[in-house]
Amino acid sequence: MSVDISQFHQVYFEESFEGLDAMESGLLALSSGEPDMETINVIFRAAHSIKGGAGTFGFRDISDFTHVMETLLDEMRSGKRLVTPAAVDLLLRSTDQLGGLLTAARDKVEPDAEAIAEALTELQAMLNEAQPDAPAPAAPTTPAAAPAGWRIRFAPQAHLFMTGNDPARLLRELTALGSCTINCDLSQLPEAGAEFDPEACYIAWDIELSAPVEESAVREVFEWVDGDAEILIQSVMPSAAALAAASAAQAEAEQLAEDRRQSDRRAGDRRAGDRRQSDRREGAAGASSSSSIRVDIGKVDALINMIGQLVITQSMLLDLGQEITPEKTIKLREGLAQLERNTRDLQESIMNIRMMPISFSFNRFPRLVRDLSSKLGKEVQLKLAGEETEVDKTVLEKIGDPLVHLVRNALDHGLETPEVREACGKSAVGTLSLNAYHEGGSVVIDISDDGAGLNRERILAKARERGIIDAHVHPTDAQVYDCIFAPGFSTAAVVSDVSGRGVGMDVVRRNIRDLGGTVDVHSTPGQGATFRIRLPLTLAILDGQLVRVGANVYIISLVSIIESLQVESANVQTVSGSTELYSLRSEYIPVLRLYDLFDVQPDSTELSEGLLVVVEAMGKKVALLVDELLAQQQVVVKSLQTNFRNVDGISGATILGTGSVAMILDVNGLVRLSRERYADLPLVPNSFRMAQQETIQ
Amino acid sequence: MASILAVDDSASMRQMVAFTLKGAGYDVIEAVDGQDALGKARAKQADVVLTDLNMPNMDGIQLIRELRKLPQYKFTPMLLLTTESAGDKKTEGKAAGATGWLVKPFNPDQLLATLKKVLG
Repeated sequence: MSVDISQFHQVYFEESFEGLDAMESGLLALSSGEPDMETINVIFRAAHSIKGGAGTFGFRDISDFTHVMETLLDEMRSGKRLVTPAAVDLLLRSTDQLGGLLTAARDKVEPDAEAIAEALTELQAMLNEAQPDAPAPAAPTTPAAAPAGWRIRFAPQAHLFMTGNDPARLLRELTALGSCTINCDLSQLPEAGAEFDPEACYIAWDIELSAPVEESAVREVFEWVDGDAEILIQSVMPSAAALAAASAAQAEAEQLAEDRRQSDRRAGDRRAGDRRQSDRREGAAGASSSSSIRVDIGKVDALINMIGQLVITQSMLLDLGQEITPEKTIKLREGLAQLERNTRDLQESIMNIRMMPISFSFNRFPRLVRDLSSKLGKEVQLKLAGEETEVDKTVLEKIGDPLVHLVRNALDHGLETPEVREACGKSAVGTLSLNAYHEGGSVVIDISDDGAGLNRERILAKARERGIIDAHVHPTDAQVYDCIFAPGFSTAAVVSDVSGRGVGMDVVRRNIRDLGGTVDVHSTPGQGATFRIRLPLTLAILDGQLVRVGANVYIISLVSIIESLQVESANVQTVSGSTELYSLRSEYIPVLRLYDLFDVQPDSTELSEGLLVVVEAMGKKVALLVDELLAQQQVVVKSLQTNFRNVDGISGATILGTGSVAMILDVNGLVRLSRERYADLPLVPNSFRMAQQETIQ
Repeated sequence: MASILAVDDSASMRQMVAFTLKGAGYDVIEAVDGQDALGKARAKQADVVLTDLNMPNMDGIQLIRELRKLPQYKFTPMLLLTTESAGDKKTEGKAAGATGWLVKPFNPDQLLATLKKVLG
């Protein structure tokens, strides 16, 4: 039977990366405290599993590399080697290289051979530098001349059956090597009437195997019962030379028997030792085992899809219920209400499968902060809170990079060096905290430091220099701080390789916005800054506002709507011939006529007869002209790309209770579209618009 | 068909072993560590126990020692899945009551051949 083992690769990589994380956090724990045995064991086990799987699944380089790490860890585990900071450091770096090897194997690319070889050399050097008891060299095996056959004495000890071994099986295996003459030695059987233990083995066997096989082949048959039986193996020589050899073989056999007796004694001693150890272990064994399953994301998505259909059916029934005769209505409504409850419960629990604790993302920070703070010469204490807070898997995957960026920034720009901190009367050790929690329908992540805070003056100067804030305007703190999210904005006096190149904060904000979230910053000079990220719990369901344009229904994500209003003609300004701006509380907002954009027939083309829905994206506002506001409801997001194709200004679609398809508007895209249309009219922050307002008036 | 208790904390190894054994027609009971295995062994009689060595909660050697104490597992073949580097673990395993071992890395064919050895 042949089994394609590549089908297990994915699981292998998943568990190996988990193991890698366990190694890393274990090593970090070792570096910051007393070496504790269980932690070393956890690290060792993880390395051991990665190695074992690598060997089985054919990743030779991973198995070789891990083997060296494992040897080092094993020496630490058995107390032969001290857990020194240098060793932990080297192991941490090796863990990175191992991660590289795993990633390369997973993505089927070439690993960074040079870095791997370097780490391997370092590991080997450490292994050799204080070699503990060198392992005894393996006894040289003398190549034996091929004999004509073998004479074997197999006399099991009484307990043989209790090892799960069966003499009959061994004899059968021996006969597979060649033809055998087997004599049964019953001399040890108890006399009739004497005490007889039915579970003991009293029989021995003398076997003549007439096949010219290697001695190792014969020994292999008895490999498992070595120590549980007297095993004598003598070669039967083909010619007269046999006689001469026989005496030598006899002596050898006696020597072997002696060895065996000694090894039996050793094994006996060990057995007693084991028992003592096992008693201790039993007491300590905790019953903590996590109950989790690994679910293929595809299956979960299929379930989510299915539940989406159920939601649609339910809302269709609800629509239908409105038209049924009064007598039956009440009962039908009750039933529908129940269906709605059930559906929602089911939906919530299924959505829950996709939810993962944010600790998956937080886990990397102890290492990052440790490495970076030592590089920057800062002392930093990292505090993590709310690691158990759950977020959607996709959100979790995409929030990693922005978080890393914000943490790097806090370390580089936020926290001061110990000297500066002490001069300011603060403790030399700075604190960086990551805190995650649920608030309303969102997940909030706070990244706070107790450093110097943002430098308002420097940011304002830079913002004025770059024309982001007009020279005559006196902006609020929030407006100033918001400038750091502008593209290419950096106030760092020195560009370090950690951060300060000014690429990033705008990307951070964009990535978070792509997830339907927001990021803002609060800062108190001298006391520190807090970046607050707010993310939706899930991407699969959206709280939407239904709007109508002519016969079409569109959906706008509720979070992006600022307000909706009736148009007052006096507030509409037309510039450059066709560009319409709506003046709203000293702000000019471009108007986007949806019917025009999507080429549909509206109720009316008169602005004053429609409604404006003011939406915001990327810090810019746009007023969308619609005919009517309809209900607000949760909608299941269906990808337009997989079901149709990408359309500008549309982020997806959903199916309404009536069975018709409604498009979900892509607010980001609409803002971009309006910018392209009115390219001559850059949509810039408040201050600029206020200045422009004066010009227009 | 014989039922095999396969114990390994590594999901990929467990899957590989289980897939191979099921393909060969054996019944497979999977367990993630010694403690899990002990419970499952009590609940359903296994004809052969295949266990990894290094596992959290209870390792393979301790598992074998515990299983041997149960009357129904007195004579059951129990094989340790070890690596070559763990030579002294074989002796320790034998002392605990292991029938034999299979050296990692092994391929599906070697696994089946070894099982055949103990099942006859």
